Amino acid sequence: MEWMETTEMAAIEQVRAGDGEAFRLLVERYSRTIFRLTYRMTGNEQDAEDMVQETFLRAYRQIHSYDSRAGFGTWLFRIATNCSLDLLRKRGVRRESQEPAFEDDGPKMELPSTAPSPERLAISGQIRRRLRVALAQLSPAERAAFILRHFEGVPIDEISRALGHSNSAARQSVFRAAAKLRRALAPLEGTAK
Amino acid sequence: MKHLDDAQLAALYYGEAGTGEREHLAACESCRLAYQELTSVLDQVELPVPERGEDYGAEVWRRVSRKLPSPAPGRSFWGTLWMPRPWAVAAAVVVLVVAAFVAGRFWPWRQTQVAARPIPAQVRERILLVAVGDHLDRSQMVLLELVNSRPQDDQVDISEEQQRAQDLIGSNRLYRQTALRSGDPGVATVLDELERVLLEVAHSPSHLSTQEFEELRHRVEAQGILFKVRVIDSQLQKDERKKS
Repeated sequence: MEWMETTEMAAIEQVRAGDGEAFRLLVERYSRTIFRLTYRMTGNEQDAEDMVQETFLRAYRQIHSYDSRAGFGTWLFRIATNCSLDLLRKRGVRRESQEPAFEDDGPKMELPSTAPSPERLAISGQIRRRLRVALAQLSPAERAAFILRHFEGVPIDEISRALGHSNSAARQSVFRAAAKLRRALAPLEGTAK
Repeated sequence: MKHLDDAQLAALYYGEAGTGEREHLAACESCRLAYQELTSVLDQVELPVPERGEDYGAEVWRRVSRKLPSPAPGRSFWGTLWMPRPWAVAAAVVVLVVAAFVAGRFWPWRQTQVAARPIPAQVRERILLVAVGDHLDRSQMVLLELVNSRPQDDQVDISEEQQRAQDLIGSNRLYRQTALRSGDPGVATVLDELERVLLEVAHSPSHLSTQEFEELRHRVEAQGILFKVRVIDSQLQKDERKKS
């Protein structure tokens, strides 16, 4: 809404002018969205919390470089994605055989039925494992672009701004990721029905 | 016929495909099957996220605020007005005159203080906040009375609101220009929108037909200016409470 953007821009200007308290409005408005993104990027609750904090600290330090032509949310997505990618890189590039850090009781591949039989539960477990591996095999750009598009519903042009890529590169990242997941999961999907 | 590739199918799934792909999908059985397969896979890709409560933002703020570097010394919109820079001083003097005038209409004792001796920056800032707050209150009042006017004999007499809107335009312009120069586009934008509405009211005929009045009311309400003014007004009140 326009008035929300107005108060957001007013807050940004106040932060730029040295009013740290004005940053509160931005933190409170975007914390949950950024947590969702960092959790899906890192697959770990504690890492996600750390990345939320790091995202806002970086945003505060770099707020003078924020260009209001892009939405503030998009700009935060970019920072959060970079923070998460930095963390993942620090921990080493995952190999095909490795699974991402998703916690056992966390992400799940949801099956359409709400009354799982033992057979369905077994297939669900297989799909979950395949999904973990498939996500881990995506390149960082594909992973970030896919998460932004698939889970957050961010349009391609905003993803390109968030990742600092061209529009067509962002588009290719999303679509390649989707195609890879399809290839990885399709054999099981038929049996899950 | 060239079939759609994986990327094109994914583009269709995310609503990013062009007309050509959509037309091909409608006409090609083989691509429809591939698309259905992709859809059934992607529809199930779900990564639930641990719940975070309504107060999560406040919790993050508590953690983040402890680590923020110290803010630069006061360069807020209102603080900037009193900075020792030629344009800021000039703007401040002009605004102070208006502020004293506006404040004086309601708080004569304050005007005496302004004229009698130099006023500390904090006090001046507070006077200004009161004056701008008062300006926004009076603007809200005019607009509220306007939108709640009732027709009599198929006509609406807005002459009184018009006169008051006309009175507010000058001070509004001054506050808007000051906010702009001080690098506070949020306040300036709302004041700019308010000014346009005040101008429209001031330049309308003083007696409107019911239809003309409804059109004017619709334009005022469609811009949501009353709500925006209320938001800025409450921010100023918060600032004022902090300063007092």
